[in-house]
Amino acid sequence: MYVADSRASVDGAVRPAVAGRRRAALAPTVLALGSVSLITDVSSEMVTAVLPLYLVGGLGLSPLGFGLLDGIYNGFSAVVRLAGGHLADRGGGRHKWVAGAGYGLSALCKPLLLVVHTLTPIGLVLALDRTGKGLRTAPRDALISLSSAPEARGRAFGVHRAMDTAGALMGPLAAFLILRATVDGYDAVFTVSFCVAVLGVLVLVLFVPGGKGDRQLPSERPTLAAALGLLRGREVRRVAVCALLLGLATVSDSFVFLLLQRRLGVPDRWFALLPLGTAAAFLLLAVALGRLADRVGRWNVFLGGHAALLAAYLLLLGPWRGTALPYVVLALHGCFYAATDGVLMAAASAGVPEALRSSGLAVVQTGQALARFACSLLFGAAWTVWGDRAALAGAVGALVVGAAFALVLRPRDGREVVS
Amino acid sequence: MTVRRRVLVLAAAFVVLAAAGVFSVLHASARAERRDHVQGVGPRVSAGAVSLAGGGPARMVFRNMAWGPHRDELSSVPASDPGGPRTASGVKCLRFYAASGTGVCLQAVRGAVSDTYRALVLDSRLRTVRRYDVPGIPSRARVSPSGHLVAWTAFVGGDSYAGTDFSTRAEIADVRTGELIASLESFRVVLGGKPYHAADVNFWGVTFAGDDRTFYATLATKGRTHLVRGDLRTRTVTAVHDNVECPSLSPDGLRVAYKKRVAGLPADAPWRLYVLDLRTMRETPLAETRSVDDQAVWAAADTLVYALPGDFGADLHRVPADGSGRPERIAASAVSPAFLG
Repeated sequence: MYVADSRASVDGAVRPAVAGRRRAALAPTVLALGSVSLITDVSSEMVTAVLPLYLVGGLGLSPLGFGLLDGIYNGFSAVVRLAGGHLADRGGGRHKWVAGAGYGLSALCKPLLLVVHTLTPIGLVLALDRTGKGLRTAPRDALISLSSAPEARGRAFGVHRAMDTAGALMGPLAAFLILRATVDGYDAVFTVSFCVAVLGVLVLVLFVPGGKGDRQLPSERPTLAAALGLLRGREVRRVAVCALLLGLATVSDSFVFLLLQRRLGVPDRWFALLPLGTAAAFLLLAVALGRLADRVGRWNVFLGGHAALLAAYLLLLGPWRGTALPYVVLALHGCFYAATDGVLMAAASAGVPEALRSSGLAVVQTGQALARFACSLLFGAAWTVWGDRAALAGAVGALVVGAAFALVLRPRDGREVVS
Repeated sequence: MTVRRRVLVLAAAFVVLAAAGVFSVLHASARAERRDHVQGVGPRVSAGAVSLAGGGPARMVFRNMAWGPHRDELSSVPASDPGGPRTASGVKCLRFYAASGTGVCLQAVRGAVSDTYRALVLDSRLRTVRRYDVPGIPSRARVSPSGHLVAWTAFVGGDSYAGTDFSTRAEIADVRTGELIASLESFRVVLGGKPYHAADVNFWGVTFAGDDRTFYATLATKGRTHLVRGDLRTRTVTAVHDNVECPSLSPDGLRVAYKKRVAGLPADAPWRLYVLDLRTMRETPLAETRSVDDQAVWAAADTLVYALPGDFGADLHRVPADGSGRPERIAASAVSPAFLG
C-alpha cells in the first residue's frame, strides 16, 4: 500500500503507483484517514460544544476551576504524543494500530460521560479523551505521509485537514439539533457521539491498510534514541527549530478572538461564532494551499502562512476599523492554518526516514505545541502587565524575528532522506 | 477481506449504530411528555396569579422545579408554609429574584441552531417592562432593595474549541432609565490598596445595598477570589476581603453571607457557607456542613435560604445566620427564591 519514497521518485522518474497519469490520484488511505478524522471530529466537537451547558445547566456545577487543568493536560498530551509516535514506529510500523488505540480510547470516553456526574471524574474522562487524541496524531500523520507520493504530500495533508475541519464544523450543529429535539438531551448527545466515534474507529479498522510486513524493515532501528537522534540531522533540526521559533510567536486562538472582540466591540452573543470564521477559511483553503505547497515549495507556503498571521496581527493593531475587519482577520487567520498545519507535516516528512516517520513528526509537532503553549503563557503575562496592544506588538516583533530566522535557515525542500 | 465485504460490515455497523443513536434521541424527547406528568409526592401546584408587589402577606416566590405541567414556572407559597401548595404563574425562568415590586427573570430563548439567553425585568404583575440580551448561560440574579437596579451573572465560553475555559460576565441595569452597564470589567479595580490591572479579572454574584449606589460582588483574578465593594457613581470596585464567592448582603447592610472555599475539601464540593461581619471582618461558619454552590438569600434578619441539589433539580434549605442551630429543608424541587411582603 505504501508508496515507496525512493530516490528515483525524487529525481523525477515516474513513480510506480501513478504511472500513466499526469496528476497522482489521491491515495485511498488519505481519503480513508480523512473520513476517520471527519467522523471523529463530529463526535468530539458534539461533546465539546455542549459541555459548558451540561456542566452548568445539566449538573449545576461551577465550571470556573476547569481552565486551570488545561495547562496540565497540555503538557501531558505532549508526552503522550511522543510516546504514540515512538510506539507506532516500533516493530516495523504499527501506525494503524497505535492510531486505532487512540481513536478507540477517545470513543470509550463518551459513554463514561453518561455515568460520571461530578467535576473530578469528568476532568479525568476529558484527560483520557485527550490522551487518545495525543496518541493518534503522530501515527495518523505518518500514515498520510507514507501513503502519498512525496511531491503530492502537501495536497494529501491539505485534503485530510479540510475533511478534519469539516467534521469540527458539523459536530456542534449536530449537538444543538439533538438538544433541540429533546428535553435535557445531554445523554442523547453523548450516546450519539459514542455511536459516531465507533463508526470512525470501524472506518479506520476496515479501510486503512496496516503497515506491518508491507515494507522491508529498514536498517535504522526505531529506538527512542534514534528518534531524538533525528534532531542531529540538519534538515529535521532546521524544520524543528523554525517550527519552534515561529510557534513562540503564535498567539493562541482565544487571544486572537478576544482581541478582535475588544477592537470591534463584537457583541458577546456573536463571540462564539468567531472560531467558526477561522475554521471555515481553513476548510476552504486547505486543499488549494497544500497543492500550492507541492508546486512552489512547502517552506515558501509555510512562511507565507506566517505572513498572513503577521498581517492579521497588524490589522488588529492598526487604526482601520471597517466593517470588513473581522472577516479579513478571520480569513487571514484561517489562511495561516491552511498554509501551515498540514504543510509543516509535509515539509517535515521529507527529512525523516520512513522507519522513524511517526516519531519524527511527533518531535516536530510536540516542539511546536509546547512553543505555542509557552507563547500563550508569555502573552497572557504581557497582557496583564502592559495591556493587550503592547502584548500584541510584542508578538509581532517575535513573529518578525522568527520569520527572519526561518528565512535564513530555510530547510531545503523536498529532499528525501533514504534510509 | 474483500472491499465488498468490508463495505457490508461497515453498512451493517452503521445501521446498528444509527438505530442506537435514534433510540437515544427518541428516549430523550419522550421526556417532554413524562415531564408533564406529576412525579412522586411533590407539592400540589395549581395555576393562579402571582404578585411581586411589596406589602401583602409574607410569601416566597421562586422557580418551581417539580415535574408536572408547571415545571420551571415562577410560583408562590406563603412564607409561613414554604413546603405547602404552590400557585404557578405561567412565566418560565432559569433564574429569578425580586424586591419592591421589581423582578428579574433570566430565560433561555430557543434558536434555530443554538440557545440564546435574555433577562426580563418584570413589574409587580409579572409583565415585561424591559428586555436585555444575556451573553451566556445565566447563573446569578439580584434586584436592589429599592427595586431600581437589577444584576445578573452569565458564564461566557471563551473559545468554543477550547471548551473548558470559562469566564463570567456580571451586568447591572438601571430599571428606571434602561441604562445597562455591559460589564463590571470596565470599572476601576483597587486591590490591596493599589490600582489593579489584569486581563483575567472576572466578576460574579452582585448584591446591592439600600442606597442604589453601593454593591458587593466577587472578583476573581490569578486563581483567587475577593469580596469587592463597588460604587456605581465613581465606577470603582475596592477589594475588602479574600476568599469570598457569591456574596449576599443582609437587609441591615452590615453582614455578608457567602460561600467560602475551604482548604482540604474535595475539588468538586469545595464550599461552605459563612457570614462576614463588615464592621469587625469576623467570619462565622454556619451550621450547614454540605458544600453550597448558591448565592444565599436572607429570608429574614437571622435566616438564610439556599439551594442544594435535590431529586428534581434542587431543594431549598434554611439555616440560622449566626452559626447556631441546624440546617432544615423547607421546600423540595425549588430554586431562586425571593422573599416578599
